[in-house]
Amino acid sequence: MSGQGLSRKRFIDWLLGTSAGGLLIAVLYPVSRYIVPPEIPETAVNSVVLKVRPEDVAPDSGEIFRFGSKPGILVRTASGDLRAFSAVCTHLGCTVQYRSDESDIWCACHNGHYDLNGRNIAGPPPRPLEEYAVNVRGDQIVVTRQS
Amino acid sequence: MMADGTKGAPGPARRRARKTPRDLVRGTVAWLDDRLGFSALKPIIRKKEVPVHRHSFWYYLGGMALFLFILQVSTGVLLLFYYRPSSDGAYESVQFLMSNVRFGWLIRSIHSWGANLMIFMAFVHLFSVLILKAYRKPRELTWMSGALLFFVALGLGFTGYLLPWNTLAYFATRVGTEIPGVLPVVGPFARKVLRGGDDVTGATLTRFYALHVSVLPALAFILVSIHVLLVQKHGMSVPPDVEARGGPKRSMKFVPNFLMRDLVGWLAALAILASMAAFNPAHLGTKADTFAAAPAGIRPEWYFMFMFQTLKYLPAHILGVDGELVGIAAFGVAAAVLVLIPFLDRPRPEARPRRLWTWLAYGALLYIIVLTYLGYTMSPTS
Repeated sequence: MSGQGLSRKRFIDWLLGTSAGGLLIAVLYPVSRYIVPPEIPETAVNSVVLKVRPEDVAPDSGEIFRFGSKPGILVRTASGDLRAFSAVCTHLGCTVQYRSDESDIWCACHNGHYDLNGRNIAGPPPRPLEEYAVNVRGDQIVVTRQS
Repeated sequence: MMADGTKGAPGPARRRARKTPRDLVRGTVAWLDDRLGFSALKPIIRKKEVPVHRHSFWYYLGGMALFLFILQVSTGVLLLFYYRPSSDGAYESVQFLMSNVRFGWLIRSIHSWGANLMIFMAFVHLFSVLILKAYRKPRELTWMSGALLFFVALGLGFTGYLLPWNTLAYFATRVGTEIPGVLPVVGPFARKVLRGGDDVTGATLTRFYALHVSVLPALAFILVSIHVLLVQKHGMSVPPDVEARGGPKRSMKFVPNFLMRDLVGWLAALAILASMAAFNPAHLGTKADTFAAAPAGIRPEWYFMFMFQTLKYLPAHILGVDGELVGIAAFGVAAAVLVLIPFLDRPRPEARPRRLWTWLAYGALLYIIVLTYLGYTMSPTS
């Protein structure tokens, strides 16, 4: 009898244990899925028309513009060329800026330098900045992602 | 053979290696107990008993309300992960949560249904305590902390209702925050403070958000702690009619007998909430437009319905005073009476306890049920 009693007790323990485990999973699974944020499909921006007019961008200067959800940087070189790059530093994702004293693109976070072709020339950035195509149509500047 | 080449009985090192996981747990518990001293609680837990008699069922409702409060805090914290408290972003963030976030609908629906169930449970708990006269000496402060907790729960319901920033909530809040405005002298100031300006705007939303997620939960936490400590200190109250028959014949251990029954109730509540959330998820409605006319059928949550309906019935003037003001003053007096009942229902030296307060409690319950029913069944245009 004692053997039967023991097995019944063990059965009930097992039943309670699995029920408690089941409940725990039923609570933890939705909560863990809920905490992970859903993927938001980014609207793929391939081309933007800038608000600034070509003549307003002085030689040896640069400015930040919105390229979809990311910042871009428009640079006019001392010789008058217009160039555009992604403004997201390839090191740790800070937004870069144009430095007229050094005539290069600089990331203030960890002192990374890029030349005016977007190549990483000094500091920690591991890769060059993504370059965009710049077209001037009348008084509009159109920046396009290069395929 | 041992590592040093000698044979022999297992030494202390060998015995240490044979520790089972159970030994490890025991060791950890003993280590913690040496430092925290929680074994001092053991005799208290072992001693704690719950009287068993024909009204024992009502003892479970306080624990149930507490469980629902804990569930509200947990789901509330999860909602905070996605909610944005601004008039530009609140509705959109809730919409995003309901449609894009995995199980977002479940968490919000449980929070929304849980709020209703928690307030319902608080109502039932309050009335059962009132009718069974559990507020008698020495439980006056237990009653008062519970009554205040009930008001905090209503405040949580009122402030939480606005947060999705939908049309229904927006207008219900406009009506609700207008009410303190009719009070003489302090009214307009109180309304302005409550709204964060003259109208219900984004400023009201951030204010309600602060109250809903920090001020009121903190207050509730303090009051729950006092309430539960006092219940622990004085034990369960035995109703007068059981006492008159010589007291309860039996009792049960709080741990594990009563606690296990509590757990069954909590599991049942969780299952009911999950099915309510699955079969009838919380609605979102349309986004609040502060320049639109109020749509027909604007009404508050069910637990404010009896007050809302009372204000509808009152004439414009009662004895030369604004009808609304009379109604609000009456509810204010009723709330004060509710908190102070232990001091108003004084025990008499004669044997039988007073029935007056029991009948008043039944009367109030009937009034709330009838007015709530009328609020839901009357045409909004009549």
